[in-house]
Amino acid sequence: MKLNSRKLWNFKGGVHPEGHKSLSNSSAIKDAKIPSVLVLPLQQHIGAVANPLVVPGQRVLKGELIAQGEGMVSASLHAPTSGTITAIEERPIPHPSGLMDLCIILESDQEDRWCSLNPIEDPLQLDADAIREAIRAAGIVGLGGAGFPAHVKLNPGAHTEVDTLIINGAECEPYITCDDRLMRERAESILCGIEIMARAISAHHILIGVEDNKPEAIAALNRALQHHKQSRIEIVTVPTLYPTGGERQLIKVLTGKEVPTQGIPLDIGIVCHNVATAARVEQAVVHGRPLISRVVTVSGEAIPRPGNYEVLFGTPMADLIAEAGGTIDQQPATIIMGGPMMGLPVTDSATPVTKTCNCLLIQPVQPRPTLHQPCIRCGECAISCPAQLQPQQLYWHARAKEFDKVQDEHLFDCIECGCCSWVCPSQIPLVHYFRFAKAEIWSQEREKAAADIARERHEFRQLRIEREKAERAELMKRKKAALAKKKKSGVSGSKESIAAAVERTKAKKAALAAKEAKAATEPSAPPTPPPDATENRTDEGEQREI
Amino acid sequence: MIPHQPLSSPHQHGSAALDRVMIAVSIALIPAFITHFTLFGWGIITNLLITIPAALGSEALALWLRRRPILPTLADNSALVTALLLALILPPLSPWWLLVTGAVAAILFAKQIYGGLGYNPFNPAMVGFVVLLISFPIEMTSWQAPLVNSDHPLTIIAALNWVLFGELPPGILFDSMTMATPLDHLKTELSLHHTISEVRTDGTIFGVVAGASWEWINLAILAGGLWLLQQRVIRWHVPVALLGTLALISTLFYLINPEIYADPLFHLGGGGAVLGAFFIATDPVSGATSPKGRLIFGAGAGLLIYLIRVWGGFPDGVAFAVLLMNMAAPTIDHYTQPRVAGHQRGEMHR
Ligand code: SF4
Ligand code: SF4
Repeated sequence: MKLNSRKLWNFKGGVHPEGHKSLSNSSAIKDAKIPSVLVLPLQQHIGAVANPLVVPGQRVLKGELIAQGEGMVSASLHAPTSGTITAIEERPIPHPSGLMDLCIILESDQEDRWCSLNPIEDPLQLDADAIREAIRAAGIVGLGGAGFPAHVKLNPGAHTEVDTLIINGAECEPYITCDDRLMRERAESILCGIEIMARAISAHHILIGVEDNKPEAIAALNRALQHHKQSRIEIVTVPTLYPTGGERQLIKVLTGKEVPTQGIPLDIGIVCHNVATAARVEQAVVHGRPLISRVVTVSGEAIPRPGNYEVLFGTPMADLIAEAGGTIDQQPATIIMGGPMMGLPVTDSATPVTKTCNCLLIQPVQPRPTLHQPCIRCGECAISCPAQLQPQQLYWHARAKEFDKVQDEHLFDCIECGCCSWVCPSQIPLVHYFRFAKAEIWSQEREKAAADIARERHEFRQLRIEREKAERAELMKRKKAALAKKKKSGVSGSKESIAAAVERTKAKKAALAAKEAKAATEPSAPPTPPPDATENRTDEGEQREI
Repeated sequence: MIPHQPLSSPHQHGSAALDRVMIAVSIALIPAFITHFTLFGWGIITNLLITIPAALGSEALALWLRRRPILPTLADNSALVTALLLALILPPLSPWWLLVTGAVAAILFAKQIYGGLGYNPFNPAMVGFVVLLISFPIEMTSWQAPLVNSDHPLTIIAALNWVLFGELPPGILFDSMTMATPLDHLKTELSLHHTISEVRTDGTIFGVVAGASWEWINLAILAGGLWLLQQRVIRWHVPVALLGTLALISTLFYLINPEIYADPLFHLGGGGAVLGAFFIATDPVSGATSPKGRLIFGAGAGLLIYLIRVWGGFPDGVAFAVLLMNMAAPTIDHYTQPRVAGHQRGEMHR
C-alpha cells in the first residue's frame, strides 16, 4: 500500500469556492422511499436512445430489462422496482433544452419484488469480454455526471494498451457529497469494482484520486485496501481545487499528462471512471444487479434536512425533496441538478432523478442582478480558466456573434466549468455566452450539412437528367441509322437483320449498365446524418464528468 | 449592459465585484492624500473637491446623453478613481478650470466617447493629464512648495478663494508659493552642465533619496499599492516589471556616469513612478491582459519612463509612457496568449 509517494502535478487555473460539504456529509446514506409513480426517460446516457421492450399494462419485476440499449454506444434501462407499466409518453426530463422526451411510466406496487438475478462467484476469473458484457447488460453509465456508457470506455480495443486506470473520487463541486459518503460506506465495493474494471482493460497502474477535504473517505479506502494485499491500487490525495474532478484536470494532476484537444484519455493510455461507477460495476458483476438506483446528495440552504439518499431512478425530484423535509417554510426555491458550478437548473419539480443526477441543490430564490457590468479586461477569468482559454476574448466574440473568431479562440476547448464567471468582478455570465455560441455554431453546422446534402442531390439529379437525355439521343441516332441501313439494303437480308438486332441489344445493355453505374455513385440516402442533439450531448457530457 | 440570463451555471459567484475593486483602489490612495495634506496643506483637498464632482458630473452627463442607466454606472466607482488620481497628479492648488478641464477630458473624451468603462483604449486619468500638460504648460508646472518651505501657508478659505476666484491674501504672490519639482529642477540644472553632486546639495528640494516631502508621499503610495497587492486587487506583474526595469536601467546608467545620471533610488522615489506602477499601469482596461503580457507592458513602461525623463522634453514621463504602452497593449496581448491546455505550443489557430 502506497500513500502519496506519488509526485503530483498542477493544472493551471482553478478556483476555491466554499465547499458547503458539511451540510450533507455527516449523515449516512438513507434509502429513499419507493415513489408511487416512476418516470424513466429512455435516454439517461450519452449515445443512442434505448428501445422500449415493454407495453402499457405489462407487469414488471424489479431489475427487469425494460428498454434495450441500441447500437454501439447506448445503455439499457431496467425497472427500478416492481409494478405496472402505465404509459410510454413524453415527459419533462432533466436536459439543458428543457424539452420533453419519451419516458416509460411505471406505477409501483410497493412490493419491490426482484426478478431473478445471476450473481457471479468469482468475477476476477472472468475474461474481459464477459466483464464488459455484464456491465453492458446492467446498463451502467458514468455516474460522475457525464453518463457515458461504462462498457464502451472499458473497451480500448485489442491494440491499445492502457497504462493507467484513474478512478475519480475528487468530487470537487461544492455541496455534493454522494461520492464522499459512498467511499466512506462502500469502500470495499468500490475497490472490488475497480479490480474488475482494471481486469477488463488490463491496466498497468490504478490510481484513485481523492481531494484532501475528504479525510474520512481516504481513511475508509485505505482500510479497505488492507484486504487487497496484492492490489496495485494506489490511493492518491490531491489538493482541493475546483475543478480537479474534471477528467482532464484530474489526469493532469495525477500523471502530468494532457489529453490532446479533441482527443480522449485513451489517446494517452488512460481510462477514467468515477468511484460511484466502480461501486455499481461491483454490484452488476458480482451480484448481477442492474443499475436501478444511485446515491443522490440533497443539499442546499432551503431544506431542513440535507443528506444523501439511495434513490430509485424515475423518482420525481419533488418526492425526494419532500423526503429531505421539503423546503423550509414551504418557501419557493430553485432546484439545481448537480452542483452550483455546473449544475442544470430544473424548472419542473416533477422531473425524475436519472442516472446522471448526483445532487439536487435546493436554494432559496435569490434575486439575480438584472444587469452586469462591462468587461474591464482584468484577466481574472483567464487566470482562473483550467483550459487556459481567454474567456474575455471568447465573450467579446460570442457577444458580437463572430462565430469563426470564437472558434479560433478555441471555444470548443471550454469545459463549461464556470470558473471564469465565478471570478469575474463584473459578474458577466460568461458561460452562458459560451453555451449560446456553441449552440449557434452547432445549429449553423447542421443547417450547412443539410444544405450541402440538398445541393449534392440537386447536382446529381441534373447530372442524371443530362445523362439520360444523352443516352436517349444516342439510342435514337442508332435506331435511325439502323432504319436507314435497312431501307438502303431494301430487302431485309437475314444476316444484316441479325446483326442489327445484336447491335440494338448491345446498345440497350450499354445504356442499362451506364444507368446502373450511375445509380451506384448516387447517394441513395444522405451519407452521414447531420449532427443531432444527441451528438451535442456527447461533446457536452463528456466534459461534464466532474 | 445586458440583462442577466437566470438559467445558466454557475449558480454562485466569488466575492469579486467591480465596485468593490474600485473602492479598494480609492482606499489605497488615502495614505497618500493624508501625507500630501500634512506636507503640502490644503492644495490636495481643493483639488479633490473639484475633480470628484467634475468627474462624476461628466460621467453622468455622458450617460444621460447616451441614454444609459446613470446611477448603476456611477456606482461602479470608476469615475471616482479617475477623479482621485487626477487630484493627486495635478499640481495642488490648481485653479478650478484646470481641474474641470482635466476631468472632462478624462471622462468624456478618453472614456465615454469610446463607449464607457471597459472600452477605453487609454487610461483616462493619463489622457486628462497629458491634455492639460500640452494645453496649459505654465499652470501644469506651478507646483506648490512643501509647507516647511513656505512662510505663509494658506488657510482653507484662502486656498478656496485662490482656486475658485484666483485671489490670494494681500501680500502673497502665487509664484512665491511654488517651487520646481525635483525632477524638473534636476533636468534644468543638468542642461546647464551642472553635475548631480552639485545639484543635490540643495536641501530644500532634495530629500533623503529623492525630492524632499515628495518621497514621503511616494512612500505612502507604495504602502497603498502593496496593500492592493496583498488584497489581490492588482497582480504583481506590472508593478514589479515597471519598477524593476526602471531600477535596472537607471542603475546601469548611474554606474556609467553618476555625475549626469541620477541614482536608481532617485528615479524610483521621485516623480510618479510608484503611482504609475501600482495605480496607473495596472489599469486593466487599457493595459495588457495575460500575465506575460503584463510583464512586457510594465517593462516597456519602465523603460519609456526612463527614456523620457533623461532624454525627453518633459521632466517626468509616466503619463506618456503609459499612454504609449496602452497603444501597444492589443499587440502585446495578441502575442502573449498562453498555450491552451491540450494544444501544442505555437498552435495558435484551428
Ligand atoms: S473576469 Fe470579467 S471583467 Fe475580468 S477580463 Fe474576464 S470577463 Fe472581463
Ligand atoms: S467555463 Fe470555459 S472558459 Fe470559463 S473557465 Fe471554464 S473552461 Fe475556461
